[in-house]
Amino acid sequence: MELKLPIYLDNNATTPMDPRVLEAMLPYFVEKFGNAASRNHSFGWVAEEAVDYAREQVAKLINADPKEIIFTSGATESDNLALKGVYEMYSSKGNHIITCTTEHKAVLDTCKHLEKQGAEITYLEVQADGLVDLNELEKAIKPETILIAIMYGNNEIGVIQPVKEISKIARKHGVLFFTDGTQAVGKIPVDVQADGIDLMAFSGHKMYGPKGVGALYVRRKNPRVKVTAQMDGGGHERGMRSGTLNVPSLVGFGKACEICMNEMESEAKRLSKMRDRLENALMQLEESYRNGNKEHRLPHTANISFKYVEGEGLMMGFNKDIAVSSGSACTSASLEPSYVLKALGLGDDLAHSSLRFGLGRFTTDEQIDYTIKAVTDTVNKLREMSPLWEMFKEGVDINAIEWAHH
Amino acid sequence: MAYSEKVLDHYTNPQNVGTLDKAKQNVGTGLVGAPECGDVMRLQIEVDEASGLIKDAKFKTFGCGSAIASSSLATEWLKGKTVDQALAIDNMDIVEELNLPPVKIHCSVLAEDAIKAAINDYRVKNGLPELVLEQKAH
Repeated sequence: MELKLPIYLDNNATTPMDPRVLEAMLPYFVEKFGNAASRNHSFGWVAEEAVDYAREQVAKLINADPKEIIFTSGATESDNLALKGVYEMYSSKGNHIITCTTEHKAVLDTCKHLEKQGAEITYLEVQADGLVDLNELEKAIKPETILIAIMYGNNEIGVIQPVKEISKIARKHGVLFFTDGTQAVGKIPVDVQADGIDLMAFSGHKMYGPKGVGALYVRRKNPRVKVTAQMDGGGHERGMRSGTLNVPSLVGFGKACEICMNEMESEAKRLSKMRDRLENALMQLEESYRNGNKEHRLPHTANISFKYVEGEGLMMGFNKDIAVSSGSACTSASLEPSYVLKALGLGDDLAHSSLRFGLGRFTTDEQIDYTIKAVTDTVNKLREMSPLWEMFKEGVDINAIEWAHH
Repeated sequence: MAYSEKVLDHYTNPQNVGTLDKAKQNVGTGLVGAPECGDVMRLQIEVDEASGLIKDAKFKTFGCGSAIASSSLATEWLKGKTVDQALAIDNMDIVEELNLPPVKIHCSVLAEDAIKAAINDYRVKNGLPELVLEQKAH
């Protein structure tokens, strides 16, 4: 097969839409345009039927009841609704929420917002491999604790948290458990019953569906969980999220879930094999470091630091042809390197030197071969240009140098 | 963010990458930046003692494309200049030449710092007083 450039290896940022998803969506723009809340005519009925079907498809993927699915505009909104909604709904029980330092900004910044409203938030540190320490988690629980918010799979390093164990601890102490499942749902089996999840955010565009659509799973039984609406209006989504439903996108989201349901197992096998091949080849480079736990992680993600080369400079060597992402500060406006990598205890130098590879449904072996070669060549080239590499090779202790910090 | 043609050109074909013998009397070495900040530049000049001109300049840089391009450009500009002329190189000249966006201005400041650090090293080695340099915001 002929290799087509550029190669997309940033599937943790977003995934391309599966053509089968687009096909399912198309009739719902022009022809079947009805408002799912129009109860009195056939246009509304057709739209409502489509949404009901999508809700079933979405629920099935995570082993939920369709009534437990609240459609939103995406995972960020779902994260906001879960945290703010639980905080408001359960304020009489307490004001304490436990989360961890490697969560997505949609969770961390929402927690910061709640702190201003009077919430007390515990930000658990993670271990060097990115996993939360279950003992620390349990120790952090107190009588005022109402919620534990720990993500399923991490977007930067792909580490999968011990969700089952976390939910057991939450249950034991009568605390609700919310997980941001954005990177995990559709990639690995996520079962809200077996995993003991009370609330879960996830999104369409990370699983080959459209952007701008997502869901919040809210448990209805054992226990019955409620969230205070953050969007008031027509009382859609059982009063928890008002706003006319985005029918075509929901049809696409449903279809995307159905495809994941059917193909996830074989896809995960294929991707983890390719990911391992990529990672093993790049780990052959001297002074390269894998970031995050090797066993408990998503099948499609690899995060590697190439010491003594800077991430953005590295990407520049091939980003005309290959799309990846870096934890380097230079890629962010803040000039701070990845807070996730720093939370693992990585020095700023290694955090600046990291690349994240996110494989996906349409990644091919040829693309992986090309990427191995391009990354290897660029690392070698930039190391020849790196004063730090030269010092390392001469045995100079870089940490002993007094650097002028600016 | 797209890179300017000139940044890309210096990144792809960097000029004067390498190392001069820092033990030599007529070689000045400047090492600026910090690994924690994501950029470190080492810039070296070799001064021709008879003419007082910079006859060679080399760099090695750990950093983003703009940092590599800034130091590559700096070495090009240094060659053939007197030490005093070299002192006059301003970071904004680099910004202009490479079309650096505002977030990359610190790369040009670092290159200017590296030039001045190399010159100071050369001056101290040759019994001249160290210049006190104004600090530019990074």
